[in-house]
Amino acid sequence: MPAPIRLRELIRTIRTARTQAEEREMIQKECAAIRSSFREEDNTYRCRNVAKLLYMHMLGYPAHFGQLECLKLIASQKFTDKRIGYLGAMLLLDERQDVHLLMTNCIKNDLNHSTQYVQGLALCTLGCMGSSEMCRDLAGEVEKLLKTSNSYLRKKAALCAVHVIRKVPELMEMFLPATKNLLSEKNHGVLHTSVVLLTEMCERSPDMLAHFRKLVPQLVRILKNLIMSGYSPEHDVSGISDPFLQVRILRLLRILGKSDDDSSEAMNDILAQVATNTETSKNVGNAILYETVLTIMDIKSESGLRVLAINILGRFLLNNDKNIRYVALTSLLKTVQTDHNAVQRHRSTIVDCLKDLDVSIKRRAMELSFALVNGNNIRGMMKELLYFLDSCDPEFKADCASGVFLAAEKYAPSKRWHIDTIMRVLTTAGSYVRDDSVPNLIQLITNSVEMHAYTVQRLYKALLDDISQQPLVQVASWCIGEYGDLLVSGQCEEEEPIQVTEDEVLDVLEGLLVSNLSTPVTRGYALTAIMKLSTRFSSVNRIKKVVSIYGSSIDVELQQRAVEYNALFKKYDHMRPALLERMPIMEKTATNGPTEIVQTNGETEPSAVEPKHPPPVTQPANQANDLLDLLGGNDVVPVIQTTMPTKPASAGGELLDLLGDLSLSGIPPMTAYNKNGLKIDFTFERANPNPNIAVITIHASNSTEAEMTDFVFQAAVPKTFQLQLLSPSSNVVPALNQGTVTQVIRVLNPQKVSLSMLTYTHKGSPVQDLAEVNNFPPQSWQ
Amino acid sequence: MQFMLLFSRQGKLRLQKWYVPLSDKEKKKITRELVQTVLARKPKMCSFLEWRDLKIVYKRYASLYFCCAIEDQDNELITLEIIHRYVELLDKYFGSVCELDIIFNFEKAYFILDEFLLGGEAQETSKKNVLKAIEQADLLQEVSNTGLHPESFVNPSCV
Repeated sequence: MPAPIRLRELIRTIRTARTQAEEREMIQKECAAIRSSFREEDNTYRCRNVAKLLYMHMLGYPAHFGQLECLKLIASQKFTDKRIGYLGAMLLLDERQDVHLLMTNCIKNDLNHSTQYVQGLALCTLGCMGSSEMCRDLAGEVEKLLKTSNSYLRKKAALCAVHVIRKVPELMEMFLPATKNLLSEKNHGVLHTSVVLLTEMCERSPDMLAHFRKLVPQLVRILKNLIMSGYSPEHDVSGISDPFLQVRILRLLRILGKSDDDSSEAMNDILAQVATNTETSKNVGNAILYETVLTIMDIKSESGLRVLAINILGRFLLNNDKNIRYVALTSLLKTVQTDHNAVQRHRSTIVDCLKDLDVSIKRRAMELSFALVNGNNIRGMMKELLYFLDSCDPEFKADCASGVFLAAEKYAPSKRWHIDTIMRVLTTAGSYVRDDSVPNLIQLITNSVEMHAYTVQRLYKALLDDISQQPLVQVASWCIGEYGDLLVSGQCEEEEPIQVTEDEVLDVLEGLLVSNLSTPVTRGYALTAIMKLSTRFSSVNRIKKVVSIYGSSIDVELQQRAVEYNALFKKYDHMRPALLERMPIMEKTATNGPTEIVQTNGETEPSAVEPKHPPPVTQPANQANDLLDLLGGNDVVPVIQTTMPTKPASAGGELLDLLGDLSLSGIPPMTAYNKNGLKIDFTFERANPNPNIAVITIHASNSTEAEMTDFVFQAAVPKTFQLQLLSPSSNVVPALNQGTVTQVIRVLNPQKVSLSMLTYTHKGSPVQDLAEVNNFPPQSWQ
Repeated sequence: MQFMLLFSRQGKLRLQKWYVPLSDKEKKKITRELVQTVLARKPKMCSFLEWRDLKIVYKRYASLYFCCAIEDQDNELITLEIIHRYVELLDKYFGSVCELDIIFNFEKAYFILDEFLLGGEAQETSKKNVLKAIEQADLLQEVSNTGLHPESFVNPSCV
């Protein structure tokens, strides 16, 4: 059997391959040769073969059949074999395979080898890929080597200990004694690795942290020596002595000084010294400054030092080196909350970074800019940010748009400015805004009553330009549906009113319905808008035609809407004006939580909160009583059963108790109904936090001898205000006033009249009654 | 440091050192994605990028990209210095190092790296000491191979 070819020979050969197929062929041939060589248990060339296998593995070919061979190499006595064997183990083995455990014994032996380079190999391998089991078995050996006087081994043992602690944190205690005089070493390698070990221990255990705080003076001294000492050729990097060690010490000081006044004070001077004396012309000096700044910001440093740190970052921002600018922005982002004013001073530089070519820098600058926006700089900042939104990459647009909306909401100097800003975002980045922007914007527009004409005009003009951006189109259609009358009547105050006819408006909306660019949701908005215009425009016939066409649309959502709107035109035409009336100001859901006002007057408009859900639908009429249809019979009420009554249901029936409760709210109670032994009282309360909502609790009591079962109370209100009925405490009104049934109604702006219908079963026969309640106390609707 | 990758401008891997346990499949996937991302960067861009939950520090030396993945609390600027130190070590060892040296002597590149970093952290901050250790280990290798006295050996090549 000829000797296997040498590694370099193989590499040369493989590199001559011109195609992937050719390379694969060569590799397969060689693998076969290697496999047979392994089978022959050839000791002489095992090393060479494994090395070749490692090369092929790097090219991406499978090499698992060499795993055991690596173990054999490690067990060999030859240093060459061990070197390649351990390398192979680190490349081919991982802790998932049980095979790796076979290494443990070899490593144990090698850790005690007479040659330090063999010990070094073992420590390196253990420290790079040792599994938890291996670490547990060998921690003792590592600990022993940590105490050796051989600095070559000591430094490796320290990092190996770091790995052991990461894998098996419980073993951390065992390394504590060995750390005693680690910092008294002169050898920089040992010092560096010791600081890493101490850092790891302090990060993992508050006890260790407290224990090692006493090292602060020693660390300060070492750092001082590094800075003050003259040129040391061995550790010099561009005029700075051992920057790696300096950075590590600074990081450990950061951990030790955090939340500790004494330690922070002890390191104050050295930090100031490093910050002012470090040479900043090269990257290495800036690396140290960077670490210093991070430390200053994290510990309890005095304000002068903090200002110094922020100013360093400010200088970084002006550095030509983009890497430096990048880390400056990252650090400023971390400190902007705590040292807001100091960072504000660098605002213009930060804003300039928005124009940087580098994507990472732009993102950081954007985040930081948003953090710096406040009431004073909103106009200027927004100009820059909107300009950025125009020209930035698509990956930024969504975040930037959200940021703009948030900032505008918080600091908008005027309603018109706010709406203009929103318009600008929608027209420039309309397809990137988040889904919840549409309802939020609609709500904002509704609430800016004086701006309705202006808004709808601007939105209409935007639609004429471009109908591809769905959020913009949706908001625009909604507004046109609501305020179309203002549009055609040319009522705009804020800017020159445009002349537009009803037909032109309908053309635009119909265009949305047929356009390929419109999503189904958008089409829904458009159709509803057209429908709403039937009460605002005079060209009702055209609208009727459109609606009837879509009654046979393939899109189920559109079809359903069209069919119902058709029904509105035909059978329920008398209800149409009321249904399609102008929307009142909407509640912001954040304040109301789960108990948002649901419009029970049959509006088929998508609610401002959840445009994705199909809007509540009116049932086709099959009941005699039109008013009850508005409530949808029992269908609407159960939907809101999940909410809790705001007034706790009272168990007792004492009227005096109720009066006692009422004195808190200041609105007197009233008896709404009193007939046939059934008495219903209303008590009032103002909702918190919205005082426009009156919370009425009805108390039903029964003075007859028989109880009333299946008691259902329903209320219908005029279409001008909204009502929400919560679940009753029970369906049985006990006899002889022994208890009451309570139920909570939430009403927005209750007026003087309301209609109630009661049904219950008394002595076996059902009773139904309709009552008009018109004696609401004045305070309840003011 | 979680891992270090060296790759050419054509995306060929020249060295991979992993300090976290991952399956072969995962390593291949990460390598492929990262190489693609870094190669797509324009020359004017900064040396840092965010990738998954890691910070990537990379630098190009001639035809080779040196790419390190560090954790959130690690210092990016000093990582650049670590990369530079490794390049200097290779340069000193091979005498004006080029990509071919690393291709044909990849095992030596690993040995040097393993004398400089251990478990992802620097174990020796003195260039001289790292090179001395490598030199001694190479000598030991020759002695163990040939049985000859180290001084009589000119060109170490046992594989």
